[in-house]
Amino acid sequence: MADLTDTHTLEAPAETVNPVSGIDQTRGDFQYKVDYAFDAGTGLNEDTVRYISNVKKEAPWLLDFRLKALKKFESMPMPTHWATKDLENINFGKIRYYLSQGQKPKRTWDEVPDDIKKTFERLGIPEQERKFLAGVEAQFDSEAAYSNIKEIVAKQGVIFVNSTEGLREHPELFKKFFGKVIPTGDNKFSALNSAVFSGGSFIYVPKGVKVAQPLQAYFRINAENFGQFERTLIIADEGAEVTYMEGCTAPKFSTSTLHSAVVELVALKGAKIQYITVQNWANNVFNLVTKRAIAHEDAEVKWIDCNIGSRLTMKYPGVVLKGERARGEVISIALANDGQHQDTGAKMIHAANNTTSNVVSKSISVGQGRSTYRGMVHIPKHLKGCKNNTECDALLINSNSRTDTYPAITVRGDKNSTQHEASVSKVSEELIFYMQQRGLTEAQAMSLSVNGFINDLASQFPMEYSVELKRLIDLEMEGSVG
Amino acid sequence: MSALPNTTDLSIGLNAERFATHMGQRAALPDWWLESKKEAWNQFNALPLPTRSDERWRFSNLKGLDIEGYLLPEEASIHVPQLPDFAHAAEITFSNRQVVGRQTLPPELIEKGVVFAPLNEALRDHGAVIRKYFQKYPANLGSEKFVALNTAFTATGAVLYVPKGVEINSPVIVQHTLSGDHKAAFPHTLVILEDSAKATLVEYFVSAVSDEVHLVSGVNDLHAAPGAQLTYVGVQNWSRRTLAFQTNSIAVERDARVLSLNLHLGGNQTRHESHSRLLGSGAHCEMLALTVASGDHEFDQRTLQTHVAPNTSSNLLYKNALLDQAKTIFSGLIVVEPDAQKTDAYQSNRNLMLSDDAAADSLPGLEIEANDVRCSHGATSSRIDADQLYYLQSRGIPAAQANELLIFGFFEEVLNKLEDQKLHAALSTLIQSKIKT
Repeated sequence: MADLTDTHTLEAPAETVNPVSGIDQTRGDFQYKVDYAFDAGTGLNEDTVRYISNVKKEAPWLLDFRLKALKKFESMPMPTHWATKDLENINFGKIRYYLSQGQKPKRTWDEVPDDIKKTFERLGIPEQERKFLAGVEAQFDSEAAYSNIKEIVAKQGVIFVNSTEGLREHPELFKKFFGKVIPTGDNKFSALNSAVFSGGSFIYVPKGVKVAQPLQAYFRINAENFGQFERTLIIADEGAEVTYMEGCTAPKFSTSTLHSAVVELVALKGAKIQYITVQNWANNVFNLVTKRAIAHEDAEVKWIDCNIGSRLTMKYPGVVLKGERARGEVISIALANDGQHQDTGAKMIHAANNTTSNVVSKSISVGQGRSTYRGMVHIPKHLKGCKNNTECDALLINSNSRTDTYPAITVRGDKNSTQHEASVSKVSEELIFYMQQRGLTEAQAMSLSVNGFINDLASQFPMEYSVELKRLIDLEMEGSVG
Repeated sequence: MSALPNTTDLSIGLNAERFATHMGQRAALPDWWLESKKEAWNQFNALPLPTRSDERWRFSNLKGLDIEGYLLPEEASIHVPQLPDFAHAAEITFSNRQVVGRQTLPPELIEKGVVFAPLNEALRDHGAVIRKYFQKYPANLGSEKFVALNTAFTATGAVLYVPKGVEINSPVIVQHTLSGDHKAAFPHTLVILEDSAKATLVEYFVSAVSDEVHLVSGVNDLHAAPGAQLTYVGVQNWSRRTLAFQTNSIAVERDARVLSLNLHLGGNQTRHESHSRLLGSGAHCEMLALTVASGDHEFDQRTLQTHVAPNTSSNLLYKNALLDQAKTIFSGLIVVEPDAQKTDAYQSNRNLMLSDDAAADSLPGLEIEANDVRCSHGATSSRIDADQLYYLQSRGIPAAQANELLIFGFFEEVLNKLEDQKLHAALSTLIQSKIKT
């Protein structure tokens, strides 16, 4: 990787081309100068929270909510009795909790400042494509810098705004569901998010509306020591259907940054929500995210979660299956390279009869990378006809790679069934040998094998994501062999 | 014994005074043994009871861990429960910390140097061997405080030592019996098989009366030297008001094979910890357990398979049948250390749910630090297969009987791993009597 000390200039570092896949390896490795109109400074206390709430001109109930959350955050211990001790390396006093361009989210592409457009260009999304994609909301640091809802979507009555706007323009709807899926005190980091959140999306899909195009948001961290605390709330009303896509890239920094989002999904009766994430933060980011959905009667929620970047990711997307015949699914792909720990998994809480859940997790550990699956399946008393299926497969590339699996399954009563299976393996030597014999290099053969390992999951991603995923894996597999 | 710490505040029972008396009665035993007891007593007092933040006690009923107010039984009881009999090479029966029955080994085995003796006798005659293996590999799965309590007060248990190349073809039996309300037992059994030795040890843990209140903390050290073959069977049938801990450590050296099968039938709240270490290339360990959980009782099982050396294998199969309001916890972990390439490890927990009020927690875990391995685990919880039940009923078998047959079928997979058919039959009898009550 390029020397990181001189990345503060406007000039992007020289591109190096991956001979295998033609991928620019330095993508995401840059930073533009930005004037932060609003900056809450470093450290966290009541004043920080009041400052954020003030800048956002929030209602008193919300300030109150934030202050209570701060107290909760301060009173809760780090969960290091089960989680990695690496969490202790987060210095909360050195993190900036809020900064923004001080601008209102833009409605049209023309209104987006040039330097920000430049950043997006470096992310590899051509303007044409962006215009084509429905409702792209790109988040630049804490505040959405650009937000555009395609007319068709808006005509259907779909609300797709950032969380600040959502609070301002749809307070009743927002308040009704906000914090109901993930209570403030759910964990230390959901409390932190509740205290300092800014940015993120608010989506409401009216009854029976099926949003044909996926709604997308691009996130980016662009300041040293900067923590990003988005708050996303998606409500699919009865019979509605929506797919949301979230992708992340971030510049690499020498000191750790913190990203701690809270994402709440509400699928009302018969609704379907699909939430897709490709997480590729820089290797110094702590990515501690709480994601949970409530699925009402006959509703379906599917989390497709792909984690490639960050130093430590802890994320266990969950579904509370609240209504009869609700269905929850988590498809998880994790790739951990040197210096990375992907601690991911799923939570399935069955709370009604005949609810079903499915978890499929595939992880790849490269070099000294460590991937962990942590899962929870809970089927309480007197329910019937509940079913869970969990499959976790881990692939270890190098002899010093590491993988862990920690599921917890609770079943009460004799009218439900669960099954959990996990396996750990390495890439078969015969397979590599065969491909080498056919003229592929060892690295190419390895890339192909790894892509094959996750192929059945990657194919569930939308086209552009699965292509990107394949490229990212090629990139990560570089130098893992030999 | 004046230097003993006086830190415990238990009003009656296992207090400093009782510990001093216990030590006073043992002045004739080796100094190292008395030292380790003192150390353990200090450790017991220093260690806190498990707390909610201790992951090793996740899902356990911590309120049930009340160890106060228990007494050591001072006299043997005449109540010694009858257990299914089968051909065996030797037997030692303990009742309330006394040896009440003993069948010594056949002379030819004694001549070959096989030792099968109560702990105190073995300490006197074979102290060096015990010292070498006693708690050499602690289980370390959360019950350290209760293990320390065992070491401090242990006076019963057997030592089986089989020299190099010697094979014992029929099982040796150790029976621990406890009677009297609020009585405690602390058995500690050591099995040491030297190179290429072979033996089977069956250990029974039983209460004389089914509704007496008991506290038990048992510890086992099982050691298989290179090429040795050990079969260990533990049968737990404590009273339904017993709080029991059993902490087993299994060390398997190069090319040795150990099969450990634990049958859990009794107790109010019982915790069983078992840690196998695969220490040498070619080592193999089978960890098996069967539980018939009934009433409102809790069966808490924690396991660890540590693969230290390359080319080792282990296979774990824990089956629980849950009736009434019973609760089972299975928490297992396979650890493959960085050097343990070519490990082949499997772990499986199957819960058969037979009541709508029963609850099963399953935490099958893996921690893999080597890449050239085959590791997998599985956990299932479900009820009796309706198709199978229907099939049996369609053949004229009444539902109740068909159910019973299917529960037996569920257990048979594990019991079939025993070579000794008579032992197999004896365990079946015990399971049957538990299911029928």
